[in-house]
Amino acid sequence: SDSLKALVDPRSVPAARPDKTHWPLELLYLGREYPKGGDYFRDRLRAAFARNKAVEDPEQIKALIARGEYVARELEALYYLRKYRAMKKRYYED
Amino acid sequence: LSCKVLSSVVTPCYCFVSPQIRVKPDNTGVVTDGVKHSMNPFCEIAVEEAVKLKEKKLIKEVVAVSCGPQQSQETIRTALAMGADRGIHVDVSGKDYENLGPLQVSKILAALAKQEDAQLILLGKQAIDDDCNQTGQMTAALLDWPQGTFASEVSLEGDKINLVREIDGGLEHIKINTPAVITADLRLNTPRYATLPNIMKAKKKKIVTVKPADLGVDVTSRLEVLKVEEPPQRQAGMKVETVEDLVVKLKEAGRV
Repeated sequence: SDSLKALVDPRSVPAARPDKTHWPLELLYLGREYPKGGDYFRDRLRAAFARNKAVEDPEQIKALIARGEYVARELEALYYLRKYRAMKKRYYED
Repeated sequence: LSCKVLSSVVTPCYCFVSPQIRVKPDNTGVVTDGVKHSMNPFCEIAVEEAVKLKEKKLIKEVVAVSCGPQQSQETIRTALAMGADRGIHVDVSGKDYENLGPLQVSKILAALAKQEDAQLILLGKQAIDDDCNQTGQMTAALLDWPQGTFASEVSLEGDKINLVREIDGGLEHIKINTPAVITADLRLNTPRYATLPNIMKAKKKKIVTVKPADLGVDVTSRLEVLKVEEPPQRQAGMKVETVEDLVVKLKEAGRV
């Protein structure tokens, strides 16, 4: 699908659906600092996109994109909490 | 309050998730080659606060500043991606950078504040690599500006600032005049993550590079590091059978 194509070459995807093409790149970028390793995350991300490559139904695509957004927000929360807890542990005696 | 805010992201510091920090073999410092550097967590909070103030239309412009080698520009880019308008990179590298401390940085910030006609300087309360907790205070002293340190809440009221400070005894509410220096504490806000689209957009924002000499600042250090050591190895614990044993052991160790 367009999303997987975007992973390979963003410019090959028509500009008509720009909002849907940035997700693979964004998730890849967010996954760099994943606790289990950026490589681990990237491999799982690629596998997930490959699995859903053939999906054409717009409803399903919407649901998958929503899941991608959810994962992105979860990653942001993970990184924030990790940093917050590290600082709290180091600098604040509670 | 229509003013410009200088938000300092000063030292690119050791990323907290970096692997074991090692002391250099000659005990003059810590190994920095190959260690990932990123924005100081407390400075992230400062940048977030500056951007929030701009979003509330309480200030006009946010300028992100970093002092260091070429790589410092990465940190400025992150600040720009979070919402800062432009960046100033004060180029300090090599030996000068190794010896760069709070005094030199505050002199640089003071010079920049005058040059940029800033009304507010927002910094993190301390850097997690040197834990000095001095830059904000020194900058305020050099400029003869009021300071609100360890801020956990900031609000602007006319041309004054209401601040809540986190102190040992609890929370202190103060009101200071502008221009002022504020240092951010952990609970001031939740910094936004610099997402990829924002980083792309930030590439259009300008970063100007200057040298300390251009600002009339001498960065020679007044300090000499004598020795850097690793903390003592953690000793193995001892198990005791009863409370009486524990008391005896504590008395032996001179702790009771």
